[in-house]
Amino acid sequence: MNIGQAIIEAIESLNANKMRSGLTILGIVIGVAAVIAMLAIGSGAQNTITGSISGLGSNLLFVFRGGNDNVRNPQPLTRGDAEAIADPFQAPSVALVAPYISSNLSVTFGGESISSSINGVTPEYLEVRNYSLLEGDFISEENILGRSSVAVIGVEVADKLYGRRDGLIGETLRIEGQPFRVIGVLTPRGGGAFGSEDNIVNIPFSTAQSRLIQRSNDRVDFILVQAVNTDLVNQASEEISQILRARHRTDLGADDFQIFSQQDFVATAQSITSVLTIFLGGIAAISLLVGGIGIMNIMLVSVTERTREIGLRKAIGARKRDILIQFLTESSLLSMFGGILGIGLGWSIAYIVGLIASANNTELIPVVGLDAILLATIFSTAVGLFFGIYPANRAANLQPVEALRHE
Amino acid sequence: MNDWVIETRNLKKFYKMGEIEVRALDGVDLNIERGSIVSIMGPSGSGKSTLMNLLGCLDRPTEGDYILDGVQVSQMNDDQLAAARNHLVGFVFQSFNLLSRQTALANVELPLRYGGITNGRKQKAIEALTAVGLGDRVTHRPTELSGGQQQRVAIARALINDPAIIMADEPTGNLDSKSGKEIMDLILSLNKTRKTTIIIVTHDQNIARQTQRIINLSDGKVVGEEVPE
Repeated sequence: MNIGQAIIEAIESLNANKMRSGLTILGIVIGVAAVIAMLAIGSGAQNTITGSISGLGSNLLFVFRGGNDNVRNPQPLTRGDAEAIADPFQAPSVALVAPYISSNLSVTFGGESISSSINGVTPEYLEVRNYSLLEGDFISEENILGRSSVAVIGVEVADKLYGRRDGLIGETLRIEGQPFRVIGVLTPRGGGAFGSEDNIVNIPFSTAQSRLIQRSNDRVDFILVQAVNTDLVNQASEEISQILRARHRTDLGADDFQIFSQQDFVATAQSITSVLTIFLGGIAAISLLVGGIGIMNIMLVSVTERTREIGLRKAIGARKRDILIQFLTESSLLSMFGGILGIGLGWSIAYIVGLIASANNTELIPVVGLDAILLATIFSTAVGLFFGIYPANRAANLQPVEALRHE
Repeated sequence: MNDWVIETRNLKKFYKMGEIEVRALDGVDLNIERGSIVSIMGPSGSGKSTLMNLLGCLDRPTEGDYILDGVQVSQMNDDQLAAARNHLVGFVFQSFNLLSRQTALANVELPLRYGGITNGRKQKAIEALTAVGLGDRVTHRPTELSGGQQQRVAIARALINDPAIIMADEPTGNLDSKSGKEIMDLILSLNKTRKTTIIIVTHDQNIARQTQRIINLSDGKVVGEEVPE
């Protein structure tokens, strides 16, 4: 009995019980579709998150205060630290340094009032963050020196306060009641890794420090550093560490600061989303398992129903192996059809989720990977084989005499 | 020297029913000549079915020897028994036992498939169906055939491998008297023209009388033989 023949016979016998076969296949379809959709959405989410982090720029470094748990009384990062890092003789791999302080404050214009992220920044911030301007200029060195009351606003602020995005130069807004003149509007960035990047107001660092965001001792929230190029990121990180260790006098102990590169953030985000994807996929896999038990159940019923047929086949010369192959083919076909339909359904679900996401202005493009398809196909066929083995074995081990006597 | 197709020596089959041992066959010595047609008779519980199962290689004896077509069957493993059933035995059952989803042709082909024969299966199956008078019904399914026609398909299936013996278990038991007679005539003519050894298990005297030799079984033993007129 060759395999082709076995497949034809299996299809005939599955066809004889369309309803039953269909429902059994449905169990597998749902399981496989759930796995495919979950994996697709998971990797879509991963792409979105890592994409927005990558958008920061690959030669970017973030310097934060505080080290690991062993560090007691970590010294704050200061404007002086930022200036030391900017020294090209001490840190030749560093191109630009941008100290940064930020706070959420209320911004008003006319009757409108919103809460925005007020960032105290220096001129370097524009380049370090890869910002560009819809109109006007960014904060200049003169603004810093003069502690000018000027602001460069994100489009969300522009939309909410003025209802438009152009012709805003010279308008005045109030931050915590203090008047600021708008000198520029940033191009939209969309949702980023650290919340909306459009609901921001950038003001000169010196102005923020002296009038809005009180920080003692010249403190900064963090320092953004741009390395000369991507290859020098690690070297820049090393140079910054040396400088800060010397300035904080922590040469012997643990560092009281931390330096993250964009790759570090990507790696962290990836490991989080991977755990999420595995978690979702694992839950989906349970439904595939349930589908497999459905196959086993239906195959057991089928073996009992067809005991006489099995007896007859044995009487005319079928060996154990022939019967085993016959029933295994049936259960594998059930799971294979289920797998194929499930891949289609899972793909559609992922596509629809993507549509819903984009309708809600969320950037999420589910990715149905070849690995997910392979995984689902192999897994579902394995489920069919595994749960088919017991019923098939039962059929193959029937004694012909007893099987023929079966009513 | 006789040409025996079946030789059994002290054939025994015991079943365990809980604590009690049932002696279904208790020492049967039997020789059946090649090309003959023989009937096995006996009341229920006499061991007819057990003897048929052993002669048809469906089961192994507890004790004793069974030589079918010169081959020692009693010590065979499951796969060898399956091969023996495929090549040496053809079965005709009371309830036909056809695969209802398959055509007559596919039903008749089935033993060839399990026998691993790939070439000329269809041709052989058509020949067998023609031999039983169903040359025009090859694509019909069992449900589209009368009882007598279904039993003809079953006979064609039994014939297809040119077996050493055909075991017929009450072949007319499920048929009305007219088609029963037709089937019996077919079996007799096959014995005559093809020289196939045929063993009929029955408790119908009228059927048994048409065979060359009647073996009477009681309590697991051969209690007598008669040769009808």
